[in-house]
Amino acid sequence: MQLSVWTYEGPPHVGAMRIATGMRGVHLVLHAPQGDTYADLLFTMIERRNARPPVTFTTFQARDLGGDTAQLFSDAVRDAYARFQPEALLVCASCTGELIQDNPSGLAHALGLPAPVIALDLPSYQKKENWGAAETFYQLVRAFAPKTDAPRTPKPPGARFSCNILGPTALGFRHRDDVAEVCKILAALDIDVNVVAPLGASPADLARLPDADCSIVLYPEIAETAARYLERTHGQKIIRTMPIGQQATADFIAELAALAGIDPANRSFGDARLPWWSRSVDSNYLTGKRVFIFGDGGHAIAAARIARDELGFEVVGLGSYSRELARDVRACAEALGLTALITDDYLEVEAAIADLQPELVLGTQMERHIAKRLGIACAVISAPAHVQDYPARYAPQMGFEGANVIFDTWVHPLVMGLEEHLLAMFRDDFEFHDGAGPSHLAATPAPQPVPAAAPAAGDIAWSADAEKELSKIPFFVRGKARRNTERFAVERGLSVIHIETLYDAKSHFAR
Amino acid sequence: MSLAAPDTSPAETTRPILRERGQREVFCGLTSIVWLHRKIQDAFFLVVGSRTCAHLIQSAAGVMVFAEPRFATAIMEERDLAGLADANDELDRIVTQLLARRPDIKLLFLVGSCPSEVIKLDLHKAAERLSAAHFPRTRVLNYSGSGIETTFTQGEDACLAALAAAAPRDDANNLLIVGALPDVVEDQFARLFAEIGIARTDFFPARRADALPPIGPSTRFLLAQPFLTDTTRALEARGAKRIRAPFPFGAEGATAWFQAAADAWSIPEMEFRRAIAPHRARAKRALESHRQALEGRSIFFFPDSQLEPSLARFLSQELGMRPIEVGTPYLNQTLLAEELAQLPADCVLSEGQDVELQLDRCRAAKPDIAVCGLGLANPLEAEGITTKWAIELVFSPIHGFDQAGDLAGLFSRPLRRRAALKV
Ligand code: SF4
Repeated sequence: MQLSVWTYEGPPHVGAMRIATGMRGVHLVLHAPQGDTYADLLFTMIERRNARPPVTFTTFQARDLGGDTAQLFSDAVRDAYARFQPEALLVCASCTGELIQDNPSGLAHALGLPAPVIALDLPSYQKKENWGAAETFYQLVRAFAPKTDAPRTPKPPGARFSCNILGPTALGFRHRDDVAEVCKILAALDIDVNVVAPLGASPADLARLPDADCSIVLYPEIAETAARYLERTHGQKIIRTMPIGQQATADFIAELAALAGIDPANRSFGDARLPWWSRSVDSNYLTGKRVFIFGDGGHAIAAARIARDELGFEVVGLGSYSRELARDVRACAEALGLTALITDDYLEVEAAIADLQPELVLGTQMERHIAKRLGIACAVISAPAHVQDYPARYAPQMGFEGANVIFDTWVHPLVMGLEEHLLAMFRDDFEFHDGAGPSHLAATPAPQPVPAAAPAAGDIAWSADAEKELSKIPFFVRGKARRNTERFAVERGLSVIHIETLYDAKSHFAR
Repeated sequence: MSLAAPDTSPAETTRPILRERGQREVFCGLTSIVWLHRKIQDAFFLVVGSRTCAHLIQSAAGVMVFAEPRFATAIMEERDLAGLADANDELDRIVTQLLARRPDIKLLFLVGSCPSEVIKLDLHKAAERLSAAHFPRTRVLNYSGSGIETTFTQGEDACLAALAAAAPRDDANNLLIVGALPDVVEDQFARLFAEIGIARTDFFPARRADALPPIGPSTRFLLAQPFLTDTTRALEARGAKRIRAPFPFGAEGATAWFQAAADAWSIPEMEFRRAIAPHRARAKRALESHRQALEGRSIFFFPDSQLEPSLARFLSQELGMRPIEVGTPYLNQTLLAEELAQLPADCVLSEGQDVELQLDRCRAAKPDIAVCGLGLANPLEAEGITTKWAIELVFSPIHGFDQAGDLAGLFSRPLRRRAALKV
């Protein structure tokens, strides 16, 4: 058993729902109790979808358990087919369905429906949402783009290079806009988009997957398994660079152009404003801002590169809840001189943030909660996300426009350069005090202490005057000052921190 | 449990009931934890379940940012399923870890889920064992919030039924108000019962688990929520007597509700009237401002919280709305007898659900407003049907005289908005 307060990922069948809901022409029948229907609201409320997910829940009850839950399942599949007439049916069991062992696969196939039935085996007690999405997508691709022994028909001379864009789903973080942005890049390169999947694709579209020359894995957590399969069976090369950030986008273009044999020079890929916005003097104050990054593997790695190389931040912590990408995240952290935090335990992440006292947290909605409580600025870079992270406006993360969006989004929660100085100079101004937070943001509540998770300062005590002096330091660096001073005191074997200790530490850590 | 047992009572309505047993689009009882854990301030809710259960609660809690929630899930893993002995050891380990982290917890609920029930993990035994280990610092109780046993608010019912066992048995001749209410409503009620002249009013659940009110043969209780079937049974088993009443929604509902208590305490009619009059007048005034938006409008209830029959009564009787269908996950005809008697004859009462068929009926009926769960609301809006999310009716103060206007506002706002938008 694992004690969990908040979870980063849902169960694997929610991953299956993200695939089914993203696609057209499929219907998913889940052998699950009534409460599991909550998952519909993820799509209708958080993502504001205007239609119900194409999912039927059998909603068996205790009174059915002694009787025939298998019959209930068969009836649900038959009724769902009759009502929705999908091109393909997906069937699987949720965590409770798995325990009653009704064999959804056998039951659904026995109905002899005039549509293909794909049975999913999603082990709820081992795996999680992203794995479930990847597995569902893979099973669909395998079913509709089977291995053939026929040799690939050679392309007619002069035919354009084409690729599949794999990975976007329903409820994905900015997937809708990322796809649009990547399609623009492909158009600028004169490369055709063969199929985008699963988002917006039908089973018939999946059958056309083998026609493309390569796979673009937009989101590795979801598309990697399917892309490998297509590589194995249909010889499609894989582009794995996620075009998030200025340089990654440039790399992505170069990689794709090389594969397609196209010269990327003298083409327009949109206005890349991030470099100038970052070099302009106003951004000077961003230098060395300490950031903590946590998210799914792909987004966390991309964010680390942007933070360090494109905004001039100092990455003080990097982690991910994606075990599937743990190795990549670890390597990325190592290159930054850090040890990656690979966990899906929210409390562990909270403790790490409280301990590191960064000036900016880049994370999921969970880290937003944590940062809010600690009074630290935060921007969301990865699922899981709240409704406000599914904006009406165009807000991709990918491509040059995505880099522009990222610059704005990450810088927005910070206190701006000149304001930072003024706050430091006139600390005692009764109206201008720092409790008010950044002047361009709505008033934020005063940060609350974190119970238990906060690192104990050991045996060090703050004298009253030092504590008072500390309170004059602007809130956005106060945490760092406290931590540095305590570290300084520990290293010197001091038991009480006085004003002088505070300033000694300041000069010691000056940079 | 309550889902299975049909209530056979003398008060059974003669009105036909449409009973459906198809796909249900409702929350399970775990969802009640979202408000219960705020209500009882020294209690902690530990769900023994799966990742789905954890995900459900956090999705239902949605946009709320909690300081530190007093709930968590012990997520079962592969090896917990293999051997129940190990599962019990694991549970003991987690509870010990939890109580070490939160020494302020006086009452711990082990909340059963579908997986824990299907593998027959005996949480009652576990609670006894853990109580023995941690009492008197922490008492451990259990109940089921599973989706195979409970729907949404039935989680509160099961919780309170279990909690009743922990209340002292003293004879106090008290009035007990039963059902979790927002603190502000509770305070209003306490003041009003005092004005009416009832000497001792207690609330159940209390805000603190270590201050539970006495429940004994001289206790008379008034339900504040209609979904408390098992709790009623548990209180009656202790000898407490239920005061029959409609529920305190709207001016009429609240008047009848307070009146039922006043009658039980033999408060003279004049005194009762005098105490209640200004509150009643205020509620009536507040309702008037919503009448224009609501009068004559039709309304369709999808099943959600069991509040539906009471709300339909309020909206039709006090605001002139026309209920077309009143769906409820479970219909307790005894507890709702007073409400059902006042529902218009031509509205359909339905119990249970077959969501696709019900959606068909809703589309055909084209109601002015549909009350439904979060999974259905935006899709119905997109089809042109104005909706009210049912969950808001459980998460906001709607009981009593001073909330009557707010309750009406929950229904009039979507209609006003629909009329205001030109896009
Ligand atoms: S319906 Fe059952 S399995 Fe699903 S969330 Fe509720 S208790 Fe957990």
